[in-house]
Amino acid sequence: MTEMPNLYLPEMATIIETVQETPTIKTFRLVLNNEQRMKDFHFEPGQVGQLSVFGTGEATFVINSPPTRKEYLQFSVMRAGEVTARLHSLNSGDQVGVRAPLGNWFPYEDMKGKDIVFIGGGIGMAPLRTLMLFMLDNRADYGNITLLYGARSPVDMAFQYELPEWLGREDLKTTLTIDNPAQGWEHRVGLIPNVLLEMEPSAKNSVAITCGPPIMIKFTLQALKKLGYKDEQIITTLEKRMKCGVGICGRCNIGTKYVCVDGPVFSYAQLKELPNEL
Amino acid sequence: MAQAKFLKEADLAAWLGELAKGRKVLVPQKDGDAVVFKPWHEGVKPVLDRQATESPKKAVFPASEKLFRFSYIKDPENPGKVRVELEEPEKPEPALVFGGRPCDARGFLIFDRVYDSPKTRDSYYVARREATAFVTLACPEASNTCFCHAVGSGPADTAGSDALMTPVEGGYVLEAISPKGEELLKSPLLSDAGDKLAQAERVKAQAVESLPPAPDFAGSPEALMARFDDMGFWENASAKCISCGACTYLCPTCYCFSITDEESGMKGVRMRSWDNCMSYQFTLEASGHNPRPTKAHRLKNRVGHKFSYYPLIHKGAIACCGCGRCIKSCPVSVDIREIVTMAIEAAPTAEESAQPQGAKQ
Repeated sequence: MTEMPNLYLPEMATIIETVQETPTIKTFRLVLNNEQRMKDFHFEPGQVGQLSVFGTGEATFVINSPPTRKEYLQFSVMRAGEVTARLHSLNSGDQVGVRAPLGNWFPYEDMKGKDIVFIGGGIGMAPLRTLMLFMLDNRADYGNITLLYGARSPVDMAFQYELPEWLGREDLKTTLTIDNPAQGWEHRVGLIPNVLLEMEPSAKNSVAITCGPPIMIKFTLQALKKLGYKDEQIITTLEKRMKCGVGICGRCNIGTKYVCVDGPVFSYAQLKELPNEL
Repeated sequence: MAQAKFLKEADLAAWLGELAKGRKVLVPQKDGDAVVFKPWHEGVKPVLDRQATESPKKAVFPASEKLFRFSYIKDPENPGKVRVELEEPEKPEPALVFGGRPCDARGFLIFDRVYDSPKTRDSYYVARREATAFVTLACPEASNTCFCHAVGSGPADTAGSDALMTPVEGGYVLEAISPKGEELLKSPLLSDAGDKLAQAERVKAQAVESLPPAPDFAGSPEALMARFDDMGFWENASAKCISCGACTYLCPTCYCFSITDEESGMKGVRMRSWDNCMSYQFTLEASGHNPRPTKAHRLKNRVGHKFSYYPLIHKGAIACCGCGRCIKSCPVSVDIREIVTMAIEAAPTAEESAQPQGAKQ
């Protein structure tokens, strides 16, 4: 081949640890086999990567470890199709391919000095985790940081091993919620948009960052509007059936925008400008 | 430009023989009722009197190509440990596309802006593009499905070609367009064009005159965006469509693809294959959600991509070369010219634009 980087050739990586987060979500911690590449690997919070299981294919996931913590790259994978099913069968020591970083990232520079409200639903907590930990690692740059994280039931809540730390931090106001009451659950019960309305986070000098199932996003947006958030104060991430990840293969376009290179992060103001094809 | 050359009809086979030394020469040839580009060998007579059924797209962008091979290799000392080796394919061999039409060569210019941009260089595409030359035949006459002149091209367009050949009495006038073309024209079989060049110019001029009036696509990017939410329009436009995808596979400018793995035991290949936006599976997500659930949504994307999104991204360049194959070979005669023209003519008024999704014209 000619002397130019091969956009489609994954780097080999080794899974060093896995965590069964929920019955359907498994987290993979991995390091690139090339030590120097791992040291030099640079990404921004919100960027995604394609994980390969050779023989089955590739799928796109957010890198949910923050760039401030570089001992491994973390991906949380919800079992949904063929690639994710085979990924779920892998364990420590297994090899995967990685094409990363891809896509844009959260505009964290523009958020400096502002209050931040994270609203995550289910696996939608993964991209938020990246940015939230990044901000906590650069705590002085941001105002109040609030997290509202919800799942259907306690067992569907990912990152449980981190929740005590998040709940215990004085510089992070964490609220957890589940859809219906459950035995032993000591936190909120109720759908995310309703809990958000009760929490009433001020829209003044704030940015809300939300990610979750489409139905949750829809009602969360309505709640944020009620709370006075303007379109440009709301940020989310999109998913599509991405293949190439570099803006060529033609699957993930919404009009002139390609989610794999122009996204996955968009403000609600940007989303409203896009043709109606989500 | 280098001096124009003349090739006698009788010397065509000999010249192809010279060109085929050290490179694969693809020429249009009969395959059943179709005319397709296949490697030339002694005895093959290229079909030059009509447009080929398919475009020579696969010369640079194969219908299916290996991105790399993978092998799972067990560690004999530690059977539980398995490593993976990846192996990239060999450099592509030099190739020449002979006897394609100007629309065919122009098709690759539309690829180039996406596959070989300052931001993104697709190494597989770029390597094949560099290894491939185009000796293009100017069209002496137009078919009723031709509309190259409506998308900025013409029957003697040289854009994307390395040499242009024009049929004249007794043979062909050959003109080099690029340094690659100049090299190709160094054959002793070719003589100076002399007064044949004037004849070639007349043939080219007549070809232009033979074209029907060009549909006016000015304003198509905005007009199609304005119709985006008008699903009545798109359901009407796609009513006949059977989602077969022939239009995309025959199109010289359709460049979408899929990536799939093929595994056999401990080895396999990762393939890139043509894919098409007219298929339901193209955008079907693992969750079961499909942002383009009906053929109306999918045809909207195909027409929109060519005449709206691509031009909006690439300074007005339309992602269509006007070859007309999507019309000629469509089993139900969907005509992209009509759809774009209807969208432009049906450009909504300001009040209409404010109507909710699904509003009809």
